[in-house]
Amino acid sequence: MTLLDGDAAAATPVDDIVLSVRDLRVWYGTARGAVRAVDGVSFDLRRGETLGLVGESGCGKSTLGRGVLGLLPDAAKVAGEVRFRGEDLVTMPRRRLRALRGPHLGLVFQEPMTRLNPLMRISDHFFETLHTHQRGATKAQMRQQALDALGAMGIPPTRFTNYPHEFSGGMRQRIMIALALVLNPAFVVADEPTTALDVLVEAQIIAILNDIKKNFDTSILLITHNLGIIAEACDRVAVMYAGRIAEQGAARPTFSHPAHPYTRELLASTISLSTTELHYIPGAPPDLIDPPSGCRFHPRCPDAMRVCPTRHPPTTITQLDQRVDCWLHGPDELIPPGGTAPLDREDIGVAHEA
Amino acid sequence: MTSEFMAPSTAPTAAATAPRRGRFIGLRRALAPVGEARGLPKWVLYIGLAMVAVFVVFAIFAPWISPYRFDEYLTGHGQRFPKSGHPSGSHLFGTNIMSTDVFSHIVYGSRTALEVIVIAVIISMLIGVPLGLFSGYYGGPLDRTLVLVMDAMFAFPSLLLAILVAFLLRGKFGFLGASFSGIMSAAISITVIYIPQYFRVIRNSVISVREEPYVEAARVLGAKPRTVIGRYVFGNVVQNVPVIATLNAADALLTLAGLGFLGYGVQPTEAAEWGYDLQRALGEASGGIWWTSVYPGLAIVLLVTGLTLVGESLNDLLNPVLRRRQLLPVDIVADVEGEVSPHDAAGR
Amino acid sequence: MLLVVPMVWILLTVVFILMRVAPGDPVQAALGGREPQSVIAEKRHELGFDKPILVQYGHYIGGVLHGDFGKVTSENRTVTNVITHEGAATLELSLAAMLVALVLGLSIGVLIGRFRDTPLDVAGRLFGILTYAAPVFWIGILFQLLFVAKLGWLPSSGQADTLQEIDLSQHAHTNIDLLDAAINGSWGDFTNVFQHLILPALTLGLLLCGVFIRLVRVNIIQTLKNDYIEAARARGIRESRVVLRHGFRNALVPVVTVVGLQAALLMSGAVLTETTFSWPGIGRALINYLNQRDYVAVQGIVTVFALIVVAISLVIDVVTALIDPRVRYS
Repeated sequence: MTLLDGDAAAATPVDDIVLSVRDLRVWYGTARGAVRAVDGVSFDLRRGETLGLVGESGCGKSTLGRGVLGLLPDAAKVAGEVRFRGEDLVTMPRRRLRALRGPHLGLVFQEPMTRLNPLMRISDHFFETLHTHQRGATKAQMRQQALDALGAMGIPPTRFTNYPHEFSGGMRQRIMIALALVLNPAFVVADEPTTALDVLVEAQIIAILNDIKKNFDTSILLITHNLGIIAEACDRVAVMYAGRIAEQGAARPTFSHPAHPYTRELLASTISLSTTELHYIPGAPPDLIDPPSGCRFHPRCPDAMRVCPTRHPPTTITQLDQRVDCWLHGPDELIPPGGTAPLDREDIGVAHEA
Repeated sequence: MTSEFMAPSTAPTAAATAPRRGRFIGLRRALAPVGEARGLPKWVLYIGLAMVAVFVVFAIFAPWISPYRFDEYLTGHGQRFPKSGHPSGSHLFGTNIMSTDVFSHIVYGSRTALEVIVIAVIISMLIGVPLGLFSGYYGGPLDRTLVLVMDAMFAFPSLLLAILVAFLLRGKFGFLGASFSGIMSAAISITVIYIPQYFRVIRNSVISVREEPYVEAARVLGAKPRTVIGRYVFGNVVQNVPVIATLNAADALLTLAGLGFLGYGVQPTEAAEWGYDLQRALGEASGGIWWTSVYPGLAIVLLVTGLTLVGESLNDLLNPVLRRRQLLPVDIVADVEGEVSPHDAAGR
Repeated sequence: MLLVVPMVWILLTVVFILMRVAPGDPVQAALGGREPQSVIAEKRHELGFDKPILVQYGHYIGGVLHGDFGKVTSENRTVTNVITHEGAATLELSLAAMLVALVLGLSIGVLIGRFRDTPLDVAGRLFGILTYAAPVFWIGILFQLLFVAKLGWLPSSGQADTLQEIDLSQHAHTNIDLLDAAINGSWGDFTNVFQHLILPALTLGLLLCGVFIRLVRVNIIQTLKNDYIEAARARGIRESRVVLRHGFRNALVPVVTVVGLQAALLMSGAVLTETTFSWPGIGRALINYLNQRDYVAVQGIVTVFALIVVAISLVIDVVTALIDPRVRYS
């Protein structure tokens, strides 16, 4: 069934694509060298679609989310393309980009506790946002818009003029979502929206995200490290490793038939009730200043082959329509003779030095 | 009233009190970031040190650098120097209303200033730091009383406190000899202001360090209070001291000048003091005699600025709260495979 | 808040003790040492100096509780009279200086905090350090050299010229000259007083402004790192509004607290500024009485200073509560 969904999505016309990211790179300059937080990422997001972005901490997920919206520190270098409804957000003037944030682009944050200005009432947060983007709206109109958005999140109108410190974490996250969605943006980045919340609230928030998608045709980039949430809330999934997307495809087939060894290992590491022994991926996430050569996962990959440290694998498309960067899936003609032999662990060091 | 903020008159940033958590760091390790520093803060530190160094040289080699003694007003022929004389060949910065050489007062004044500063900072440190350590570590009614007294002293206008103490101490240090008694009583008056500052900062750091797991662990393992304070708490707290000491030194010089300006500092017969010189120059200012006031004032500004730059840059370098990893410019370059066209979209 | 009472008590006691251990006999010193013994003895009795020290102490504390700060020994007036006259002049100076410091300090501080590590920031910080490093009285002297001696634009000292001084003392309402001139509707008096106010207010204002600049800068930097700042930017709020509404207002909470502590700095600065410009304020009066060893007057004025410090800290608590709802409701 999910498979069909994926096929249907693939068949939709190109102009249904809301966001198209091509070869995006975000580098930070430090004394030790450039940190390649995002290093050549491409993906598309269709209208009303939720793309889950998973990966270990420090793999560049959050930087990618911020980079798409142009919310990076001034010193970060950005290259590549982020086309939103045909316009490139990377080269767009700051002022124009700022005007898009709110009415067209939204961001929901990880920690709701600190994201609201403690000195401003909830109502002021809404009025400020609405007034910035809809010059000329009356106060009554703005109030109605705000109350509608809050109501959809289950926040009663009586709490409208309260201060942030008077709400619980789950309520604050719902307020943040209402605030991000009050102007019905076409594209929302949700950066680990449930990580800081308890399990019951988490379920609530996921339900809310599903509703939004249904009701408003909003496209969501959902960043998380919780694979359960991906299965629950996402149409497609992109697995990120060391600044690159290792594999992306429709959520269910990707989880049932992972094409990339990293996805497989990540799924195996998940703890569930049926877990009998703990599985983990040996080694540590790579240094993004001096990442491993070739495929960045090869030092930790159980299936590493001789070709892996030498070149980065090109993207191939599997039978299940997953886009995967792994030499296991070819293309065979690019693999040098003998390249498919298993990689000796001693070779890693040699290859790395070379 | 019991605000945790630090010294407004010295005005090191409030964050200067923030302890670095979780590690045992001695003074040497605390100063390590200074060696690693790059760019502006390090330059500021060097410039400040250079400015201070000039006055240290003045102070040490005063008799050789200065053309006259600070209280010399007669030429070799027994002729009096001109009163408020213009800068000239024989008097580089002119002479003042007391017919003494302004430049010589600058040079000898550095000696007075540095003597007072050093004595005041050392004494207030010797009293304030142990008091803060013990008060913070043991707590209890003694701690509460001390905090209250120190807060009261801290809230009171510091210059007035110094004036009152200077007034009471007048002539009390006669046994130290004429030139040193004035310096000593000025230093003590200033000390009174700074004890509460050391006390507050040290006590607050002790209180936050005291609850750290490793201090708890040391106590559980049966370490004596003396060991815990000396080795664990002191080591972690001491890193605040260089910053406060430098900034307090700058402030102490201003207080000394203020005391001198009001006539409660070092007396003119005892030593050369810039604040007193400025008091004497005040009456001449509206008459357009500028050299008697501009030069001593400039000396104060340069020395205070030098000390402040040293203190501020130490604070920037040592204080993790304000420190920020500077992002450097970076160029996105093509990968080995050349899959990227290196166009640079930064600077948006 | 509750600590205010013991703190006032400590300050009063310290002042009392300091004045008792001061060298020399206060009455003899205050009267100039020329009066016959009988007069001095009578004065001693009148002032209660012949009573046991504890009785004197009780008398002093009791007086303060009733708003009686004692009598000036060397002149025939009460300390309360000094406060309402010289104190009013100091108030005029302090308020004008505070205005200068707030306008300059807040605007420069916000600007360089927002544009941290740019040349603008370096220039602003240097300005802050220089205003701090330059003694107030030296700045005052430089102003006199420039605006009085060289340019001749402004008067060098005093609160008003003699003629205006007389006119204002005859038609006094608040003892604050600028206000009185405005109430009387006398344009001539007003401009005269205003011209006299400019240099002292600038001098004292620059001293405070240096402290404000660094204070606001550090707090703006800290505040702009907060998560809700990024959240506001993510909602497309204009940068100017992010800095002023979200950054500045939140930075103000700690700033206000520290500004309260600057009351002490303001008073120290006022003593020096008043001496520099012969401003007939309470700071200069204090130094005069100290020179005359008039301990009762000094004790009274210092007591008032202590009470002002405490009063300001109470006001700050209220202002903080007004700005920060978390304090208000807790």
